[in-house]
Amino acid sequence: MAILSKEQAKKIIDKVLAFSKADEISASLSGSRTGNIRYARNSVSTSGETNDLSLSVTAVFGKKSGTATINEFDDASLEKTVRRAEEIAKLAPDNPEYVSMLGAQQYVDTHAFADTTAGIDPEYRAKAAFGSIEPCSKKNLTAAGYMEDTSGFTALGNNKGLFGYNKSTSVGFSVTVRTADGTGSGFVQRDYNDSSKLNSQTATEIAMQKALASVNAKALEPGKYTVILEPTAAHDLIINMIRSMDGRSADEGRSFLGKKGGQTRLGEKLLDERVTIYSDPANTEIPGSPFAFDGRPQEKVAWFEKGVVKNMYYSRFWAEKKGVKAIPPPGGIIFQGGNESLADLIKGTEKGILVTRFWYIRAVDPQTLLYTGLTRDGTFYIENGQIKYPVKNFRFNESPVIMLNNVEAIGKAVRTAGSLIPPLKIRDFTFTSLSDAV
Amino acid sequence: MAGLGTGAFMLPGLAMGRPVSPEALLMPGDDVAMKKRLADAALNAAKSKGASYADVRIGRYLNQYVTTREDKVENIVNTESYGVGVRVIANGCWGFAAVVDAKSEAQLAKAAEEAVAIAKANSKLMKEPVQLAPQKGFGEVSWKAPFKKNAFEVPIREKADLLLSVNDAAMKNGANYVNSILFQVNEQKYFASTDGSYIDQDIHRIWPLFNVTAIDPKSGKFETRRSLSAPMGMGYDYLQSNPADKITGITTRYNKGYDMLEDATAASIQAKEKLTAKSVEAGKYDLILDPSHLWLTIHESVGHPLELDRVLGYEANFAGTSFATLDKWQSKNFQYGSKQVNLIADKTQVGSLGAVGWDDEGVNTKQWDLVKDGVLVNYQAIRDQAHIIGAEESHGCCYADSWSSVQFQRMPNVSLAAGKTPLSVEEMIKDVKKGIYIIGDGSFSIDQQRYNFQFGGQLYYEIKDGKIAGMLKDVAYQSNTQEFWNSCVQVCDERDYRLGGSFFDGKGQPMQSSAVSHGSSTARFNGVNVINTARKI
Repeated sequence: MAILSKEQAKKIIDKVLAFSKADEISASLSGSRTGNIRYARNSVSTSGETNDLSLSVTAVFGKKSGTATINEFDDASLEKTVRRAEEIAKLAPDNPEYVSMLGAQQYVDTHAFADTTAGIDPEYRAKAAFGSIEPCSKKNLTAAGYMEDTSGFTALGNNKGLFGYNKSTSVGFSVTVRTADGTGSGFVQRDYNDSSKLNSQTATEIAMQKALASVNAKALEPGKYTVILEPTAAHDLIINMIRSMDGRSADEGRSFLGKKGGQTRLGEKLLDERVTIYSDPANTEIPGSPFAFDGRPQEKVAWFEKGVVKNMYYSRFWAEKKGVKAIPPPGGIIFQGGNESLADLIKGTEKGILVTRFWYIRAVDPQTLLYTGLTRDGTFYIENGQIKYPVKNFRFNESPVIMLNNVEAIGKAVRTAGSLIPPLKIRDFTFTSLSDAV
Repeated sequence: MAGLGTGAFMLPGLAMGRPVSPEALLMPGDDVAMKKRLADAALNAAKSKGASYADVRIGRYLNQYVTTREDKVENIVNTESYGVGVRVIANGCWGFAAVVDAKSEAQLAKAAEEAVAIAKANSKLMKEPVQLAPQKGFGEVSWKAPFKKNAFEVPIREKADLLLSVNDAAMKNGANYVNSILFQVNEQKYFASTDGSYIDQDIHRIWPLFNVTAIDPKSGKFETRRSLSAPMGMGYDYLQSNPADKITGITTRYNKGYDMLEDATAASIQAKEKLTAKSVEAGKYDLILDPSHLWLTIHESVGHPLELDRVLGYEANFAGTSFATLDKWQSKNFQYGSKQVNLIADKTQVGSLGAVGWDDEGVNTKQWDLVKDGVLVNYQAIRDQAHIIGAEESHGCCYADSWSSVQFQRMPNVSLAAGKTPLSVEEMIKDVKKGIYIIGDGSFSIDQQRYNFQFGGQLYYEIKDGKIAGMLKDVAYQSNTQEFWNSCVQVCDERDYRLGGSFFDGKGQPMQSSAVSHGSSTARFNGVNVINTARKI
């Protein structure tokens, strides 16, 4: 049984804490069951399921800390693990940036667990794969896909009074559908906490349509174009910006949020005023973990409000040094959307390019957040509010900061890779070369 | 993908194993006789349940990572992971099961039975039965990485002191910040199969690296310069450099021994120089690419597209497919590159990351041609793929990153052969009118069929009329794989040959990581499109 209840988890953690003679001791107990199925060439290639339950104990003497892990839970094993963590701590060098463990915290309830997902079995996975493969086979299309489901829990506790427990489930599904001659390709991905929201066949149909519609793509000259980024494409660029909002890097002057003279852009308007991005672990569409890895509570945090940089995230050491709140990095993010659908955005576009997804995004310049990457699996030319024809894939060189200053329209946000992201209409998006890849 | 192979200062989000004391990393694993007993229990159980083939991998994976910044040791991580993976063919279908901390014959037999049950269940969804290339058994054999000094035997204090002295050298020479890491890996793998092989292998890898940052306080601009080290299939001896391992020139580069202190000193001076370097003018240039840079271009534009599973579509949903389709190979005249271009796959090269005696399905390792005199001649194939390209045996490039992962086709070392005509870098540069000399790997991105790519580097020098005219910045080149390799006009001779590589090459779903080297001498590519990457926000 990999999913322990709050009471079962607390009992084990309390035992561990009682065994320790260290200045500080913390225990983290987590368990999960993860299953997956993978298919390619319209046939299942691998599938499996793993169960895991493990305890990690960290003991601290002064500024020295040591960690030991075990997956056996009898009293003797627990005590042995505590002793091992203590021994490793005693041998460790001082960590000058060590900050004492947190005391008791208040956590929000996030409702991230769904019994339906926890009940997924090999038959469900095979059915999901079949539901994706079968319609493709019938239309002489080739599917390659992957589904992974996880149900698990995490419990944290320490001898300063902290205790937290969270259980969650997730299911992720993605499929790439290609035409038999390899001249068309489409992609779709879906992720939920509750697997009853996933229909692999309905999702696959979108990828099938894109595969068929992307055959015989025309080459357009690279250059600056108005683009409509589907949420998957928008997400992959924007999440890179959010992950770069570390306060210490900004204070040290080696981040896009750093400025000359050791100043930062906190409080400055950096993006279009229609851009508001925040995180909220209690959001019902993307429920996240109520606490960060070190026990800090995850709360609702505004990262950009009307284009203004509102917060950065910090390590506890750096926040203490700077006298600011030690906000942890977020899980998923919420990009405040409008009411227009993707179809509405297309309808309102005179000339532009619709981008299904980006691929192989890599940082080029951390100071300007310039990224390069390519479009993939469905890139189309829009004229007078209609998709006219498929176009060859482009390489882009663009910064999400520049892109979010060139906002034309923001659609309705939808769940994408654990975040809520709207489709975006952006002017002057920079494509620098063409790719022959399908 | 090269994954985290190029100096991202994050540890990979991979399950590396449980934390242990540093002393535990020196404890011997189980003896060979015990491993053979365990393996036989699994093989016999698999056969008795109806498997036509079975293999067992008993793996002990040890990692030690030391991370520092400026004058602080940030973290020391020691991990161990031990378990057994059993793979079988039953009813013509693969099945796999793994068991953590397996120490008894009963546990192994149970895992084998599970693997057979999974194979039988999956066989109902199978289209074609597995065709396994024949492989002779080798009996009881062993292989050990040829290192002089086991990195795990060096006290952690000595490693931390080395990194702190590297940081000190960087700070004294003008860096504002410096991060440094020492990665060490030891894979102790025992493989047994129903073909009659019992193979015990001891593999060691090491990667010292750093990143220095220099900031211009007036403008607020910053520049970085990463180490020019390579991850190697060596012991601690890689950190004991001697003059013969150094390639001098515009900056010192390293072969089989790395002088980290010297490189950090140079890096700080160069990071500062970059702050005031000339921003490149976009256009066509002849590129002179150092092996510390070219390895990554080889990895992305040759290594990945010639993986047979990609070519066939098995990776279509994640890493992608390949432009190098079977018809191009079958034509026997697909000009992948110019006549100067010979690309070789290899699993034996001493000191490389890919070197082993046998792969993870008991095939003895070898070397083979991928591109000969510019023409595509072969792919990378394992036992269940060999028949697809008409081969009678596997290339021996099957790998799993853990006892708990299923082994599959992974990239061997793929290298550009040194030029046969004597040619030094200086002689090569002398003939270039308008060019850029690039050292070190930087930003990298390539499409899902491996046509269009963009690469950056660490150091860029402008070449004007055969001479180096000064440092450039904001450089990236974009090209198309076939066009790029056909623009290769010269490769320096073997005196300049060096390895680069990736410690964390990612592939598969769920993703597995592998380590791979790529060798070359400095090479010249004519008329490549260079873009300027400077922006304002």
